[in-house]
Amino acid sequence: MRLRRALLGVLSVVLLGAVGFIFFSRQPALPAMQPPSAAGFDRALVAKGAELALIGNCNVCHTKQDGAPYAGARPLKTPFGTIYATNITPDADTGIGSWSETAFVRAMREGVRRDGAHLYPAFPYDHFTKASVDDLRALYAFLMTREPVRAETPNNELPFPWSERALIAGWKLLYFKAGELKPDPTLSAELNRGAYLVEGLAHCGACHTPRNRLGAEANDRYLGGGEIDGWHAPALNAASPAPVPWTSEQLFRYLRNGFVPPHGVAAGPMLPVANNLGTVTEQDVKAIAAYIGAMLGPVTASRRHAAGTSMAQATPRPPSPDAGAPGSADGAVIYAGACALCHEPTGQAFSAHGIPLTSSKVVAMPDARNLTHVILEGIDPPKASPAALMPGFGAAFTDRQIAALMAYLRGTFSDQPAWSGLEDTVREARQSAREP
Amino acid sequence: MLTLNINGRPHPVEAEAVTPLLYVLRDEIGLNGAKFGCGLGQCGACTVLLDDRPVLSCITPIAVTQGRQITTLEGLGGIDNPGPVQRAFIAEQAAQCGFCIAGMIMRAEGLLRRNSQPSDKEIRTHMSANLCRCGTHMRILAAVRRAARAERSARVDAPPSQDARR
Repeated sequence: MRLRRALLGVLSVVLLGAVGFIFFSRQPALPAMQPPSAAGFDRALVAKGAELALIGNCNVCHTKQDGAPYAGARPLKTPFGTIYATNITPDADTGIGSWSETAFVRAMREGVRRDGAHLYPAFPYDHFTKASVDDLRALYAFLMTREPVRAETPNNELPFPWSERALIAGWKLLYFKAGELKPDPTLSAELNRGAYLVEGLAHCGACHTPRNRLGAEANDRYLGGGEIDGWHAPALNAASPAPVPWTSEQLFRYLRNGFVPPHGVAAGPMLPVANNLGTVTEQDVKAIAAYIGAMLGPVTASRRHAAGTSMAQATPRPPSPDAGAPGSADGAVIYAGACALCHEPTGQAFSAHGIPLTSSKVVAMPDARNLTHVILEGIDPPKASPAALMPGFGAAFTDRQIAALMAYLRGTFSDQPAWSGLEDTVREARQSAREP
Repeated sequence: MLTLNINGRPHPVEAEAVTPLLYVLRDEIGLNGAKFGCGLGQCGACTVLLDDRPVLSCITPIAVTQGRQITTLEGLGGIDNPGPVQRAFIAEQAAQCGFCIAGMIMRAEGLLRRNSQPSDKEIRTHMSANLCRCGTHMRILAAVRRAARAERSARVDAPPSQDARR
């Protein structure tokens, strides 16, 4: 079975490669040009591009930790190997300074480098292709007016055959559909704007849609839950695991401020997204929230009822008196001694109040990794949010203690089935947190 | 009855397993170095080391400390024999009201035990979990740098007077 699968994999790679080579393994190179002077760009266009760059989260991937904005070199770990985000400052040698607007628009809409080589779809041109040429021009104006930074992008660490860019031609034949997203006349202007941003520049599906074995988004499970950087990106459609159904208004406040009770805080890879959306035009965030709200489906009486039942069932149980037996550090004791102070509803408002864990997204998720990260690393809330800081417990608790705590939280505060292999999950999360 | 291993010595305690370590240290054992600041894990005044890593003792139930080594401020040295980090804080006169300083020293100790030559950025990032309301941050940072320097140069404990004059 495994051998057949492997053979099939090899065969499909060979076929993809051959098809790619024959048809269009490379696109024509576009001429290099002198970097345009920043003064030559219309300021209103640059300002519009700045907004779109924030909505598109360009800074998130194209800036390495503590690095200059947009100068690239951030490693993106994929199942195929590590790809380094490129320098998109207008440096002529190491950035995109020599790229014409035509070359930039082609890269965004077709996934092709100025020199004609195909770009890996880790750069989500499957979404960016949906943006309008006007918006892409604004983005170009914004990027070309940034401070040029001389910074070589490290070579990708991709084993053969993934190191061959010609393969991407075959990938595109199978999975890539170029073309701008046109408005749906049956939808409201707000929903159309939301669809345009979510499916286009904001590329929400790049994390929130599961990917197939060749790294393409599985269109039949659009926004059905994916993963990024060792975190689960929860489903944003009817499969949403949220114990309390989201309203569009809550989504708006979550995206805008990075926090909305009773759902919680934008953490992990969602934190920079919320920080970006905290500074753009409010209408665009509302449009995104309205569209995602429509994807989640209406908050029907039955969904509210189901959530209500799960919350009622999940009334926290006090730790049993036996739980404090010598040497034991079971989940109930850890919850009572470390978590309850902030997370138990007391009726009193105080600065460090956490959300009730019955409504926590991460306790109810199918995947245990997000709760693991939150316990280990804590939560440093987004800039615009009034949420309290949650300290990390990575130093205080052992792997086994965290696993016991998580099993207790899952059993007490959600009606979801127990997680398995929790100690391994904790160990892996610790390792990934140590890596750069 | 649980037994806590504090500063290298076993301490049997009466407190229940859910009791925060801070309360046991202060109320039952009489080690008052760790301070009660907010009691909610937000300020760092209660920082102690658990297996050489800084933890917030006000939200650490003693159950999780079983079989592990706890180090408090008292474990680094006392008035007559301050340890290297304590000497550095004295030399830089890093305390104003002093309430946060015990926690600051313990957090710095936790850093230097794992990384004896931290960069300035590493010091700032690491120390950012602890708050100081007086605003002596620059002196605190200087003290951590001094402690790291002292550790680097010869790694021999110089007497405090010399350290202060440097």
